[in-house]
Amino acid sequence: MNKRAATKRGELPRYRSFHPGTQPEYSYPPYASTQKRCPTQPLVVAPQTLSELTGPVFGYGDIKPTDNDLTRQHRGEPIGERIVVSGRVLDENGKAVPHTLVEVWQANSSGRYPHRTDQHDAPLDPNFSGAGRTMTDAEGRYRFVSIRPGEYPWRNHYNAWRPAHIHFSLFGPAFLTRMVTQMYFPGDPLLEYDPMYNSIADQKARARLISVFDWENTVPEWALAYRFDIVLRGRDATPMER
Amino acid sequence: MSLYASGNQTVGPYLHIGLDWLTTRDIAARGAKGERVAIEGRLLDGEGVGVSDGLVEIWQANSHGKYAHPEDQQKKPLERGFRGFGRIPTDDQGAFRFTTVKPGRVPGPGATLQAPHLVVAVFMRGMLKHLATRIYFPDEPSNAEDPLLKLVPPARRATLIAKHKAKAVLEWNIVLQGKNETVFFDF
Repeated sequence: MNKRAATKRGELPRYRSFHPGTQPEYSYPPYASTQKRCPTQPLVVAPQTLSELTGPVFGYGDIKPTDNDLTRQHRGEPIGERIVVSGRVLDENGKAVPHTLVEVWQANSSGRYPHRTDQHDAPLDPNFSGAGRTMTDAEGRYRFVSIRPGEYPWRNHYNAWRPAHIHFSLFGPAFLTRMVTQMYFPGDPLLEYDPMYNSIADQKARARLISVFDWENTVPEWALAYRFDIVLRGRDATPMER
Repeated sequence: MSLYASGNQTVGPYLHIGLDWLTTRDIAARGAKGERVAIEGRLLDGEGVGVSDGLVEIWQANSHGKYAHPEDQQKKPLERGFRGFGRIPTDDQGAFRFTTVKPGRVPGPGATLQAPHLVVAVFMRGMLKHLATRIYFPDEPSNAEDPLLKLVPPARRATLIAKHKAKAVLEWNIVLQGKNETVFFDF
């Protein structure tokens, strides 16, 4: 009842703090580039105000219905193993996050990005740009069609290779629910050597970034499927019904 | 049911591939009321080098101090076409520039009122989780009573307040390390 009284005064319920070990630190020496880019002063702990409890609202008008199919953006089909990636966006209370924007980007099947700074000696695919977006539906579900991204080398340390991954960017309902993460693939032998994956201290939290092979959503004779559920920050109390 | 939020991961060096489509450098469409201003600056790493693979996102209220969001229940006007969102990738020198209108004041904790500010999220390669900061405005008397600025050690407050650069142009830099290191918040 106290929580309700608080909302009556115009105070919106706050978002919970992250559970210890589930988020990377800004300074993580095994990922060398963090060292010149992490704050050295402590963050200033601040109250959540209307400015952080709100955030940009996107709609179906911001995207095209075909933006979630990365295999249909060019004249021909991209080379690679076709995959369906789908899942739900939930909050920490297990509630669906409906109608929220999901952006993805990834390398092509040979591990190359069509980006001027990617110098990896692997072929570009004229039929693959590697970017997509969609909105979750009323139950927080999303679905992409793509090709399985390739692993690729990077210069963090000797013979460093990134495990196959798809970048995900999500907004959720507030500035505080903004999140960018990466989805990995089950059984990837590179995960145990990857500083980005290992930057999350809690083993279970880390493992939640690995998608699950998803028989149910495979398309016979056409595509394998992976399921990746994403959890955004949740609130201490449900806002008052209006 | 109780879950834990998924872990954040870096945008990496190829962020533009996925994020450039929503680049928004003019936050306030023509017709939006308020004082027009351009804000420009650089995102600088610990060696003072511009971060060329970074991205700044802005979230702000309109000039009436109203957020285009269903949970803002204030009786203030919304403006058609004003979303309040900006997304600006940094260039090869780590520079960014956007235009907007100065937002109105919005409520703070308890009975306080916040000084006009923009909320900022900073993303880049070499950063595993985005940083949150704010841009405040110069010559703004209400800065002195802003509930968040008050929490910042006085010597560091200036890092959050943009400076006059030219007529209707403000400068605000994001300094990741060292002297004049920008204040970042943990909400």
